[in-house]
Amino acid sequence: MKSSANKVLLSGNHAVAEAAIRAGCHLYFGYPITPQNEIPEYMSEHLPKIKGGAFVQAESELAAINMVLGAAATGRRVMTTSSSPGISLMQEGISYLAALELPCVIANMVRGGPGLGNIATAQSDYFQSTRGGGHGDYRTITLAPCTVQEIYDLTQLGFYLADKYRGPVIIQGEGLLGQMVEPVELKEPDKKDLPPKDWALTGAKDRPGRMLRSLILEEGILEEHNWKLNRKYLEIEKKEKRFESFRMEDANLAVVAYGSVARIAKGAIKRVREEGLKVGMIRPISLWPFPGEAIRKAAEKVSQFLVIELSCGQMIEDVRLALAGKAEVNFYGRPGGGVIPNPAEFGRVISRNYYQKVRKAR
Amino acid sequence: MKKVFERPRLLKPATFHFCPGCGHNILHRVIAEVLEESDFRERAIMIAPVGCAVLAYFYLDIDVTEAPHGRCTAVATGIKRAIPNSLVFTYQGDGDLASIGAGETLHAAGRGEKVTTIYVNNANYGMTGGQMAPTTMLNQVTTTCSAGRSAEREGYPLDMSKILASLPGVCYVERVALTSPANVQKFKKALRKAFQYQTEGLGFSLIEVLSTCPTNWKLTPVDSLKWIEEVMTKSYPPGVLVDRKANRGDSE
Ligand SMILES: Cc1ncc(C[n+]2csc(CCOP(=O)(O)OP(=O)(O)O)c2C)c(N)n1
Ligand code: SF4
Ligand SMILES: [Mg+2]
Repeated sequence: MKSSANKVLLSGNHAVAEAAIRAGCHLYFGYPITPQNEIPEYMSEHLPKIKGGAFVQAESELAAINMVLGAAATGRRVMTTSSSPGISLMQEGISYLAALELPCVIANMVRGGPGLGNIATAQSDYFQSTRGGGHGDYRTITLAPCTVQEIYDLTQLGFYLADKYRGPVIIQGEGLLGQMVEPVELKEPDKKDLPPKDWALTGAKDRPGRMLRSLILEEGILEEHNWKLNRKYLEIEKKEKRFESFRMEDANLAVVAYGSVARIAKGAIKRVREEGLKVGMIRPISLWPFPGEAIRKAAEKVSQFLVIELSCGQMIEDVRLALAGKAEVNFYGRPGGGVIPNPAEFGRVISRNYYQKVRKAR
Repeated sequence: MKKVFERPRLLKPATFHFCPGCGHNILHRVIAEVLEESDFRERAIMIAPVGCAVLAYFYLDIDVTEAPHGRCTAVATGIKRAIPNSLVFTYQGDGDLASIGAGETLHAAGRGEKVTTIYVNNANYGMTGGQMAPTTMLNQVTTTCSAGRSAEREGYPLDMSKILASLPGVCYVERVALTSPANVQKFKKALRKAFQYQTEGLGFSLIEVLSTCPTNWKLTPVDSLKWIEEVMTKSYPPGVLVDRKANRGDSE
């Protein structure tokens, strides 16, 4: 870490690790996979120096997520990180974490897929993160940063939300963001108003034993449990939607993009605005809960939406659901895993859309 | 009148769901006794498996978590690393430990995690209705090897205890056959020792229990005990497989 004043220069991957440590997460379990190895390496160096800290290189992601489950069951903050194929292997555990209502943070520095794909950046795990991913009726809060500072901030927010709502939170990083190096202000984490962990397994000293279980055989009780989880998800949908609105004040065309793509699109929007095109952007920061209202509200003024993703089109489904036919939705995307689009490319796509759709409509 | 036999305090007043004559019944009671007779209870955290023993938390008044099928020792690793002075133990069937969880078991043992595993070998998948397990012996009939297990077709059984006993991170492995009051006492003694070793930070410990499953073996409870003695112990001989404290210095 190089430091100047209150800012330090960090890579995205190191920002995940440093944010976690400063949020009081001193337990880390993970299995190596590119492009996020800097996280376990950083953790393995720092956690053993902290009292009560532990780093374990697990034998697989399957083991790693279950170590996380065990540590989370004790009420301590814990995290794991991986990239796409490893996150696939963790889905069983994530389903159990959701069922057992155990807080933890999981960062996915997404790479190209399907299968082994490659180690280059991608956005093709949107469905996996926002639709639950494993079996059963559950959701995971999914936060998508677009700068190294935001990786830091959202990782800390992730721990807060995990504790607040008792469940796993996913940081939808991307390979590209993990490798990027930028100045980061090392803020202190928010710990206000968190509920007590009166469910944690710490040894039944002077109290009855506690149990954590997801097997529910009693008649009608599993339905009850699922309704309870659902009420929690509805509350999260009500309170935890996050997005950034960029130059939407007079926009005729709204780009919808998240993560690294949103950042590149911002550059493109600045360019086309110099040519007089009124283009803005809505950037979902929470992918689940998805900020659908913001998009629906924008449709009161904007009739053209352009979704851009580094995938063949996943978030576009949420945009369409949000708009429910109120505006036209177009798409530009490329499969990730080897492609890093630039503002010029996006600028051309945005201009073309603008001239074909917005100007023509006049 | 003097009470000579009573319910351990740590056994909740619930009725076991296990079949009559099932080894799990006895094991739960003995665990309650061992925890009660020491100061282990207030440090104890148990990991229940997926298998017939999944409901352990309904019976034992201690902290218990469930683990996904096979993942008990990974969960145990997480708990122990989070609270190093806790007493962490897993309770796992042979399907859970030797099949789907073989990787987690081997690596937790390999790392020498300071946790204890109670490994309940009934040579089949009890909960799902008696299918073949990795421990199913040659010629043994199950619902998925109805002609009897053959080395050619289904491959050889796996003796996990033997494999684990060879690892330097493992401090203690003992196999007991749960067939008589004397053998139940052997299990109890072994469990106490394993917990003691864990407390001393000596490494991974495991007690394998050859345990009856009359329902799926299609034998009476009494014949099941005989079958363990006459058949199972031939493939899985009881005894101490390794005790590194007793044999400090050399490993076997
Ligand atoms: C991932 C997964 N696969 C399969 C199952 C189904 N299943 C439940 S218990 C079990 C086997 C249990 O056998 P064992 O571990 O020997 O325990 P026992 O019931 O014999 O005590 C299986 C295959 C499951 N619950 N989860
Ligand atoms: S099926 Fe077998 S292991 Fe399961 S409770 Fe019945 S006897 Fe015990
Ligand atoms: Mg079994």
